[in-house]
Amino acid sequence: MLKTSASFVLGSSKSSTYPRGYASGFDSPAALLNRRFEHPALWKALMLLLMTVLSQSWSPVFAQTDIQTKTPLAPPQDVRVFDTPSDGGDSLTVIWAPAPYDSAAVRYQVLLSEGTSVADPATMKVVAEFPANQRYVRESKWPWWTRPATGDQHQYTLRSGRGVELKSGTLYSITVATVLNDERSIAAPGQAAPEPNWINWNQMNNLLLALLFGGIVFYAIGTARKREIFLRRIPGLDAVDEAIGRATELGKPILYMTGAHDMSDPSTIAAAVILGRVAKRAAAYETDLLVPHREPITMAVCQEITKQAYLEAGKPDLYKDDSNFFITSDQFSYTAAVDGIMLRKKPAANFFMGHYFAEALLLTETGASTGAIQIAGTDSDHQLPFFVTTCDYTLIGEELYAASAYLSREPVQVGTLRGQDIGKALILGVLGIGTILATLGILFDAQWPKLFLDFFRDVK
Amino acid sequence: MIFLRRQGPLLVTLITGLVFAAQYYVPHPASEQMLTSVTKWLQIIGGFALVLGVSSLFHVHAAKIRRKEAGWGYSFVLYVGMLGTIALGFWSNGKEAIDGTMTAFGWIYNYMMVPLQGTMFAILAFFIASAAYRSFRARSREAAVLLIAAVIVMMGRVPLGEYLIPISGDLSQWILNVLNASVRRAILIGVSLGTVALSIKIIFGMERSYLGGGKE
Repeated sequence: MLKTSASFVLGSSKSSTYPRGYASGFDSPAALLNRRFEHPALWKALMLLLMTVLSQSWSPVFAQTDIQTKTPLAPPQDVRVFDTPSDGGDSLTVIWAPAPYDSAAVRYQVLLSEGTSVADPATMKVVAEFPANQRYVRESKWPWWTRPATGDQHQYTLRSGRGVELKSGTLYSITVATVLNDERSIAAPGQAAPEPNWINWNQMNNLLLALLFGGIVFYAIGTARKREIFLRRIPGLDAVDEAIGRATELGKPILYMTGAHDMSDPSTIAAAVILGRVAKRAAAYETDLLVPHREPITMAVCQEITKQAYLEAGKPDLYKDDSNFFITSDQFSYTAAVDGIMLRKKPAANFFMGHYFAEALLLTETGASTGAIQIAGTDSDHQLPFFVTTCDYTLIGEELYAASAYLSREPVQVGTLRGQDIGKALILGVLGIGTILATLGILFDAQWPKLFLDFFRDVK
Repeated sequence: MIFLRRQGPLLVTLITGLVFAAQYYVPHPASEQMLTSVTKWLQIIGGFALVLGVSSLFHVHAAKIRRKEAGWGYSFVLYVGMLGTIALGFWSNGKEAIDGTMTAFGWIYNYMMVPLQGTMFAILAFFIASAAYRSFRARSREAAVLLIAAVIVMMGRVPLGEYLIPISGDLSQWILNVLNASVRRAILIGVSLGTVALSIKIIFGMERSYLGGGKE
């Protein structure tokens, strides 16, 4: 029978599809095989060898078949259901042990039911399904000090949304099922009720770092009160006097902007603080000050600051309420209005402090076209290139916050600045150590640096 | 009186500053509810403050018209525009369209405000070109570095550039992901520390100049 089938499959030696040589003197492949099959012991041995080789080299391909035939599908083990810690009471977490058959071919289902009595777990609602080689505790956002299980365990956090509504204080039954093709094996359900928590322990690293940084700032202020601390030059702030002086010489006003954000933004507060120093100098030089605003509350605060600056300069009679004025909250309407002021009044000095968006270049390029000295200070990193390109001086990022200390030289302000520098030195040190550890880990194929790197990642 | 002007606001700042710093660490719904309520208060105060802003606007431009200052015509246009829009807004009940028909208020918004805003935004393209021309003139070593980096990034970001210089794509990505990203992160770390330090100063009353009224 095999002889026949071999001939049938590979064709007769007289087949027209083969070259003439086969028919006239050489055997066709079918003929060669037929000859081999005439020795049953030999071909049996060959077949056995072939099967052995195939079973070894192709084993990954048939992994799914192996799971079906060799490992019986068991329900997930050590299933634990509990209220997610450190949350607002709108989620539950289920944890279970990894299984030997965990692979992309096998899937896990998370099942949910309200209440404690579940007659048949198979009737529970499937709320999540994913491959069995995913959702490990080590992949979760829990830092090591709040992890409820070891990193190799599976976890799934069930939250309200997408057809699921978890009510705080209500008891739910949750379980996990292993699924392979049509087969499903379900673990015994566990019960838990979501409860709100008063402390988010996951963010304790943040609190700790904030307290540490606060302590450093207070320490630095104490040091600054005892001895003088060196401040490096900030050309942009040195140029403030120059700009105001130039405006005085030319008899033209100074234009000062506090940015796009409201008073709840630190950059606006920093801009308002610098306005006080600029207004004081402007009052001393008897130069007009124009402060157009996008936000009424900022305007009211800046009016008070300007008034106080004129008082401190001994020129209260020169103060005008109208020096701070509201234009509009609309981005481009404000820009058009300020551009108009620049072109009509031609201020000799323009100050752009605070946070800016797309209007930054429209304002500064117009100001540059009028020939004004322009000083910018912003924490909006996406607008920095435009300011650097079009302004004479730019306070980059933290320099905006340092300006107050630089201009006043008060120990409290200077001490805060020193505190910031110590904080930066600490961060830089950790970055350096992390880089060295990561490099060592790769160079020597070592695992121990990962422990430190994970620690840094969680604490950051 | 001094208490109301100085100590009172500082006390309110200290208490609210500490409470809302702590709120970040409290996930309880009561804490979230408190934040939502205070955010609403802020919006209400903002609404009242708008009256302050609009009255300032009216006052400044009325003075300009009265004194016939240079460019007082623009102030007149502002008055006409603002009063006209407010009147039409009331007339249209604040709606841009009623039963699918555009109101006069909607017409002003769609056919005057939006095109004017679009025009302002469109000018940005020309301003970028002029600013780029100014900064790319290789007058110094720094400007030359900027010019070279900008040319590589520009070539790497457009299909034609990458077709002409195949390496420009990878080089551009490296400049953006390594050089640019590291500097941006350094700036952001500095900004974040500056923000936290300023917040500490404000909460504990060490920075008071934003209140006005001196140091007493």
